[in-house]
Order: sequence, then structure tokens, then C-alpha cells
Amino acid sequence: MTIAEVQEQVVAEFSLFEDWMDKYNYLIEMGRSLPVIDEQYKTDQFVISGCQSKVWLNAKYLEGVVYFSADSDAIITKGIVNLLIRVLSGHSPDEILDADMDFIDQIGLREHLSPTRSNGLTSMIKQMKLYALAFKSRG
Amino acid sequence: MTNFPVDLIRKDFPILNQTVYGRPLVYFDNAASTQKPVQVIRAISGYYETDNCNIHRGVHYLSQRATEVYEDTRKQIRQFINAASSQEIIFTRGTTESINLVASSYGKQYVNPGDEVIVSVMEHHSNFVPWQLMCQERGAKLRIIPIVESGELDMNAFRGMVNERTKIIAITHVSNVLGTINPVKEIIQHAHTFGIPVLVDGAQSISHLGADVKDLDCDFYCFSGHKMYAPMGIGVLYGKEKYLDAMPPYQSGGEMIKEVHLSGTTFNDLPFKFEAGTPNVEGVYGLRVAISYIQELGMENIAVYEKELLDYATEKLTAMGDIRIIGTAKEKTSLISFLIGSIHPYDAGVIIDKMGIAVRTGHHCAMPLLEWYKIPATVRASFAFYNTTEEIDLMVEAILKVKQMFG
Repeated sequence: MTIAEVQEQVVAEFSLFEDWMDKYNYLIEMGRSLPVIDEQYKTDQFVISGCQSKVWLNAKYLEGVVYFSADSDAIITKGIVNLLIRVLSGHSPDEILDADMDFIDQIGLREHLSPTRSNGLTSMIKQMKLYALAFKSRG
Repeated sequence: MTNFPVDLIRKDFPILNQTVYGRPLVYFDNAASTQKPVQVIRAISGYYETDNCNIHRGVHYLSQRATEVYEDTRKQIRQFINAASSQEIIFTRGTTESINLVASSYGKQYVNPGDEVIVSVMEHHSNFVPWQLMCQERGAKLRIIPIVESGELDMNAFRGMVNERTKIIAITHVSNVLGTINPVKEIIQHAHTFGIPVLVDGAQSISHLGADVKDLDCDFYCFSGHKMYAPMGIGVLYGKEKYLDAMPPYQSGGEMIKEVHLSGTTFNDLPFKFEAGTPNVEGVYGLRVAISYIQELGMENIAVYEKELLDYATEKLTAMGDIRIIGTAKEKTSLISFLIGSIHPYDAGVIIDKMGIAVRTGHHCAMPLLEWYKIPATVRASFAFYNTTEEIDLMVEAILKVKQMFG
């Protein structure tokens, strides 16, 4: 599936929720099911600090494809981290760099990506794209 | 409950009368900024409708009128905080600028390599970082008063810290995270036996306790308008004349000068020496009315009512069982920081927000304090005199929802 197709799938899933509580219950569930990042990457070197919550992010590059793993100390943040990984992980650096992240708006989670939230997510997307750029230039 | 006229008061705060996410707004983030009564809002728009102009400069009618209000407000603040002279009242942008002014100007004049400056571990970053930077610049040492588990200062440690190398002590009157009311009078008395001046950060106390700088005998006192029902961008620095006179200017420009020649500049007298540039006149108009507003309600009445809110909230949260209250000092203002079981404050804050309740989550610009408690953040509810026990019940309901969702 392309990034756009995964995004469509996520948007379709979120359209089923009737109210905010269902949506957040789903995010909490996703937060709990996120494969935990390898402990060796849960250090200050990999941390993206917000004043509200922390995100740890690592990326691997195998045969032209980028794989992300991440964690957060807050479950809702972790749920959104999981969504971002589901959308961007397993794609080529070019696809990741070209990816439009508008789907966040469509599923009504834009407030969490606002820089004022300081939960590390805005910087996380930037960091994911930076990884892609670094891998691309490495070839 | 006392007969505090909260229903009438709420009518003065139009912002409170709205719904967010389809629920009535409950505003419990008053320690970050208070709402403004309609009287203050009208004072600001009134200023622009009839009085707007630059002050202290024109001989024309509008300038004279606005200058008069501006300077009358300075006198009103002198009386409000019981300062000896209105020359000791400097208008600033807020507490942060007031503290930066003192750290910079006092530091240049009085602090030398090997000297010491004392702050506490519970300071807001704005009463911590300016001193840390000044100490680095001046080659001085920053010493930190520790606290005990309840969130009260370790006064024995403080006494042991004061010596002939100490050049200034900067201490918050009330902690923005814990609500602790510090024994600043005792600190000042002790410091003065060594001849050391004390700066009191009044940002969190002014709207709850008022201030009496004569009774405290503090040497500097700082507060912000926006945390006491006045607009943002206006604040006050009180300083004893003997220090303000000796300190060099902080910023330079118009208004603060006496004479400017190609060969050099002489500076204006107090308070203008520290008020460079066009000031925030609309802010002063708003501050004037905000002070009158709280004086009419009466500081005593406000304190009694807010204590009832605090006691009610503390009782309700304690009864929930797995709530950890951070800050259990005997003397507190109406502020309560807490953790819900092992739930991350950000998670709690997101859900509480969706329930229409504005609380603050995060480190509250007091990272050294949270490091001391070894916690990343807290949820903080801070009450003002327009809040009600019914609103606290709504918060309790929201916390139950949080527990249900994350439990």
C-alpha cells in the first residue's frame, strides 16, 4: 500500500467513531499496542522532548525502505505515534519526504500536532522526514 | 460556604459564560492567567476610544490626560502595595521583566566573582534562569534552598546558606506548582541581619494575598497584571529607592534620559530611569481598574472564599483514593497540583480538556522542582474568586472519566 492508501484507511477507520470518547479510547488502545522501542534507543540521544510528554524515535534503513520504531511516556501521544509509524514506516525515503500529513486534520487530531502542545509530535514528524532525507542522501 | 457573591461576580466575566466541546467552560488555569472583568475590558477599549496618545511627551490635551491617568495609577499601586513612594514603582511588561531588570542591573552594580546569590528549588524559571545567567556572567555562585516533602522550604538549610558572600536572595512568595505560601517575612528578617536585600516574586501571591511591602520589608517585589485580572504585558517592579538609585539603567532609549549629547548621556530620575521607550499605557489603564475591582471585593473576602474552594477541592480529591497531591504545605493559596494514579498528566489533561475543563498539565516552568519530586509533570487546577464548588464537582467527574479510560 502507498502512504496515501494507508492514510485513507486510517481516515475510514476514524470516520466510524461517533464521539470523541470512542476516538480517544481507540488511540489509547493503539498506544498500548505499539511495539515498544528497543530499550537501547530509549535514551536522551533519541528523545524528542516536549514540555508535556516525551517521544523516543529510531529509524532503520533496509533495502531502500525506512522502518521507524518509537515510544512515548504518555499513552495518547503513543497512540498518535503509532498512527504516524503505521503511515510512514515501510516506505522509501522519497515517499516519506513527499508525504502530505493532512490526514491528521481529517481525523480531527490536528490539535495534538500543534507546536503549542509541546508533546513532541510536531518534532517527531520533522524528525521522521529528516531520517528519510539522511537515508536518501546515503543512497 | 460564606456569602461571597460569586453569582454576581461571574456576570462581570463574560468569557466564563460559554461552552467548549458542548459543555460549560470551567476555567481552572488561573495561576497561568486570570480572566478579565468587563470593567477592565471597557477601560482598555475606552482608552483607545477617547484617550490614546503618547504620554509624558505632549503638551496637548490628550497627552496630559493620559499621562495623568498613568501617573495616578502609579500612586494607586504605591498605596495598594504600601510602598513608601511612587518613585519606587516601575512599570514593566510583567514579573519576568521585573526580575530580569533586577538581576541585570543589581548584578552589574553589586555582584562580583566569588559572591553568592540564593534562590529556592521551587522557583518558576523566570525567578531562576535570570539569576543563573547573572551568576555565570559575574562569576558568582547560585545557591539553592531545598524543600521538604510537603513542599515547604527547608528553613534550616536556608539559614545555613546565608553568609557575608551572599549578595541577594530571590524567593517566590507562593509556588506556582505547589501553592505553598513561603515565610518570606522570616526570610527577609534573617537576610537583613546580614544586610542582604531580598527580592520577592509576587506573581502567584498578589491576587490571593495582596502585598504589603512595608510590612514585609522586602527590597524588591515583582508582579504581573495578567495574573490579577488586568491585561497582559503590564507588570510592576517595586524597589527600595536606595537600591534603584544606585543601580544602572536596564534598557536605554527615550524617556529614561535627562540629556543626550554626542559626548555622553545623563539619565532621568526614578522611576523613569527604568522605563525606556513608549510604555504600555492601555495596560496601565486596565491595571488601574483591576486593582479597584479586587479592592472593592476586599482581599480578606477573596482569601476566605478561595480557601473554601481549596479545602473543598482537597477534600474531594483526597476522597478519590488514588490521587497524589503534590504540595501539602500548611499554608497554601487556592492551587492544587496532583497526579491520578500512574496516569501521565498529558493523558489526563487531554481528557479533562474534552470535558470542558481548563487545567494545566506539564512542568509549569519549574523543572528543577519537578526533578526534585522525580516526576515529569503534574495536573494543576488553580482557582480564582469566580470559581465555584459546582465546578470542582465537574472536575471530579472528569477525573473519574480519566480513570475509567486509562484504568
